[in-house]
Amino acid sequence: MTSNLIVYLIAIPLFSSAVLLLSGRKANKWGHLLGTLASASSFGVSAYLFTQMLAQPAEDRAMTQKLFSWISVGSFNVDASLLLDQLSICFVLLITGVGTLIHIYSISYMSHDLDRRRFFAYLNLFIAAMLLLVLGDSYLNLYVGWEGVGLASYLLIGFWNEKPTYATAAKKAFVMNRVGDLGLSLAIMIAFASMGTVSFAGIKEAAPQASTTTLTAIGIMLLIAAAGKSAQFPLQAWLGDAMAGPTPVSALIHAATMVTAGVYLITRSNFIFDAAPTAQLLVVIVGAITLLFGAVIGTAKDDIKKALAASTMSQIGYMTLAAGLGPVGYAFAIMHLLTHGFFKAGMFLGAGSVMHGMNDEVNMRKYGALRKFMPITFITFGLGYLAIIGIPPFAGFYSKDMIIETALNAGGIKGILLGSAALFGAGLTAFYMTRVMILTFTGTKRWDDDAHPHESPILMWLPMAILAIGSVVSGFLFTRGDALVHWLEPVVASHGHEEHSELLPPIVVSGIALTIVLIGISIAVMMYVRRPIEDVAPENVSALTRIVRQDLLQDAANEAIFMRPGQALTKTLIAVDEKVIDGAVHGVGAMAIGSGSELRKSQTGYVRSYSALILVGAAAIVLGIWVITQ
Amino acid sequence: MNSANYLYLSALLFTIGAVGVVIRRNAIVVFMCVELMLNAANLSFVTFSRINGNLDGQVVAFFTMVVAACEVVVGLAIIVTIYRSRRSASVDDANLLKR
Amino acid sequence: MINYALELGQTAKPEALLFYILAPLAVAAAIGMLVVKKAVHSAILLAWVMVTLAIFYIAQDAAFLGIVQIVVYTGAVMMLFLFILMLVGVDSSESLTETIKGLRWIAITASIGFGGLLISLLGRASLGRTTAGLADANSNGNVEGLAQLIFSDYVWPFEVISALLITAAVGAMVLAHHERTVKRVSQREQSQARFRSGSLAAAAGLPGPGVFALHNAVDVPALLPDGSPAPSSISATLKARGDMLDSTQYQLDNNDNAAEDK
Repeated sequence: MTSNLIVYLIAIPLFSSAVLLLSGRKANKWGHLLGTLASASSFGVSAYLFTQMLAQPAEDRAMTQKLFSWISVGSFNVDASLLLDQLSICFVLLITGVGTLIHIYSISYMSHDLDRRRFFAYLNLFIAAMLLLVLGDSYLNLYVGWEGVGLASYLLIGFWNEKPTYATAAKKAFVMNRVGDLGLSLAIMIAFASMGTVSFAGIKEAAPQASTTTLTAIGIMLLIAAAGKSAQFPLQAWLGDAMAGPTPVSALIHAATMVTAGVYLITRSNFIFDAAPTAQLLVVIVGAITLLFGAVIGTAKDDIKKALAASTMSQIGYMTLAAGLGPVGYAFAIMHLLTHGFFKAGMFLGAGSVMHGMNDEVNMRKYGALRKFMPITFITFGLGYLAIIGIPPFAGFYSKDMIIETALNAGGIKGILLGSAALFGAGLTAFYMTRVMILTFTGTKRWDDDAHPHESPILMWLPMAILAIGSVVSGFLFTRGDALVHWLEPVVASHGHEEHSELLPPIVVSGIALTIVLIGISIAVMMYVRRPIEDVAPENVSALTRIVRQDLLQDAANEAIFMRPGQALTKTLIAVDEKVIDGAVHGVGAMAIGSGSELRKSQTGYVRSYSALILVGAAAIVLGIWVITQ
Repeated sequence: MNSANYLYLSALLFTIGAVGVVIRRNAIVVFMCVELMLNAANLSFVTFSRINGNLDGQVVAFFTMVVAACEVVVGLAIIVTIYRSRRSASVDDANLLKR
Repeated sequence: MINYALELGQTAKPEALLFYILAPLAVAAAIGMLVVKKAVHSAILLAWVMVTLAIFYIAQDAAFLGIVQIVVYTGAVMMLFLFILMLVGVDSSESLTETIKGLRWIAITASIGFGGLLISLLGRASLGRTTAGLADANSNGNVEGLAQLIFSDYVWPFEVISALLITAAVGAMVLAHHERTVKRVSQREQSQARFRSGSLAAAAGLPGPGVFALHNAVDVPALLPDGSPAPSSISATLKARGDMLDSTQYQLDNNDNAAEDK
């Protein structure tokens, strides 16, 4: 099935972005409205396409649209084509839906910023790039969107680039993303070299014939790409600093959409990972490490946005874990991705709302007792909180429970290890999210005298409310009759549950998970409700806490492993450049000058010496002829 | 008689002219030596014409004479100009090319 | 001996005799050009070489070129050379000591190599080749044959050559042209200046060529046969204006004094 509408999903926000960037200050008055309208129109188109898909039988739902022939070199042909299938539409609806809500939120949130128009232009650029990422029908098309979201992310993290630390954070995110991008480009090159095609369909066809080594290599490269974009171990360090951007950006890009692109990539490449068990195992390991890593970091963060960022990292770890568990896991990964998109975006918007009322204060130790001053924010944030820690019947319960179950059922010692990690992560999540709730909304007020907390305007709380509703009901909707699993079946070729033996019955797993979550909550309550909270983070803490406060030394590790040797290498190269290369270059120059000044002595200026040389030359030529014609 | 003898004579005169260009300092003598070289070449042309049995060589020799005449006119004018400014007709005195 | 002479006369035609006599002379004259000190001598030797060549041209059935060689080269070009020699000093002789170190040896070695190899090549290329001769080509006359070629096959080079000749003439004029930087002094101004400077005697101009005189004679009294001056030999006008010089110093008795004064 083809559709000519797909391109408008991308074209509308892209065009709006161009208009906003090019029209200059004239557009300041209506720029934010145009941006929101573009995003909303895109959402309208995607909703219409979704209804069209629903009307089709499951096998015919995928739609394609060929835009133009992009690369045509010999047997290598890449069309700029768009593919809208069951997997893409989930993302398209999430991106445009949540994106539109965040646009609306930003109208109010950014109203005091002089550069609001530029902000909306970047947001639209991001929407367009992200849609291209999920709509491309080949890895090359995906790569364009992949780089586009990287650029938009860089621009938005550094939106307030007048502060050097923010600009540095943007740079850090960009550079670490480049490492992942390198993986993606290598994966594309390997795929092209071994299979001669880069389209999803072509590789899916060629994958069974390809050797396992090739597929493993592609899989590992894709995993590196996913780790870079989704802040997975070991490329996770940029996400915390990325919170330098405006809060709506954190909500849209660094919680709901862009950071989940890695999960999309792995799910989209299911045909590669299913055939490469080693790569799949690595995916699982990366996911498990990251979910614990993020959760541990989250326990020690006083900055509300960084705490949420750590939580994002951890939740994406869950998704990666699920995606690495093979056919059964893909649907759950996507499900958790969607529910997480709702509740995490909602919580970030809530955090933004709190900051809005507290003079942009981000330190949770300076909050407290905000429940009375911001009731709507409290309720929406609270619903998101209940969803993320997995309290039934909120969304996170369904999706996270499924992942824990799948992990436990992965079989053997692997299953037990992964399941325990997931369960422990759930407990940690409960602990640090409860800590955030307590520090922010309950207890005694600890804010400075000049702060006047107040509820945010309707433009801000309305999106929060809608997202909160999503975080309440989405999990239930997705799992009712395995709706999402069946919906995604044609894409990820799920084989259902029956192939795996169940280690424990689902109800028991849910019970254990709930118990662990409750334990996490009670520990947090004991630590932060019973004891008074200090304004300043206490210094006399254990070594472990200190390490956790420094993000488990991730930056120190990066510096020790990459930066220092890199600097040493650079210094060596500079020395080599100066001594050897410059020496050679200057030596050549000095040689030319020296030989020139020697040769100059033969230039007497006397016509007769020149004519003598001509005579010698003529004699030499005659000699040559004489020898040749002998 | 073998026509090649004229060619040997021509080569000899040409070489003598070349030596004269190199070793003489008076610009006018240098010039006369150049004329000698041209004449030697002309002798060759005339001889070739005879060897080959057509007049093309003589036509070329005729053209050479015209060119030589032009050359003499311009060359002598240059010598006079140099003499006027330097009061010398020695080619060694016109060595500004060195710097 | 007589037999040998007869044999020579039979096998070597008159042309060969001509060649073997004139060619050594031409080479000798050419070498002489290089070794004589005076440029005029070089020019005369060159003229001889050119005349020799003209004879060779005629001997080789190139009558037109032979005549042109004499008229243009020995007649016009050599005259031009001699004119220029007059201009730059006919008697300027050149020292033959070499000033540039090693140049002479380089030149002689290179030229011996060059000439030797050239002659060797010529021998290789032409020995054993029969001479076609110009009897057919010159059947209508040498000049007619040349004209036929010049105005048919070679008409384009001919036009180009004529353009070159015109250009050369203009070029020579440009080189000889002298841009005047001050106003030319007219004859009238020269004459006025003469009359206004000092004694009127200066206005009479300098003594003519071939006259032995220390100064202008019109204001000096002539000497009588006895050696005394004759004032009556001076124009009355000059005497009246007091421009007459005292002539006592020219008296024979005072000749020694006069020599001292000078």
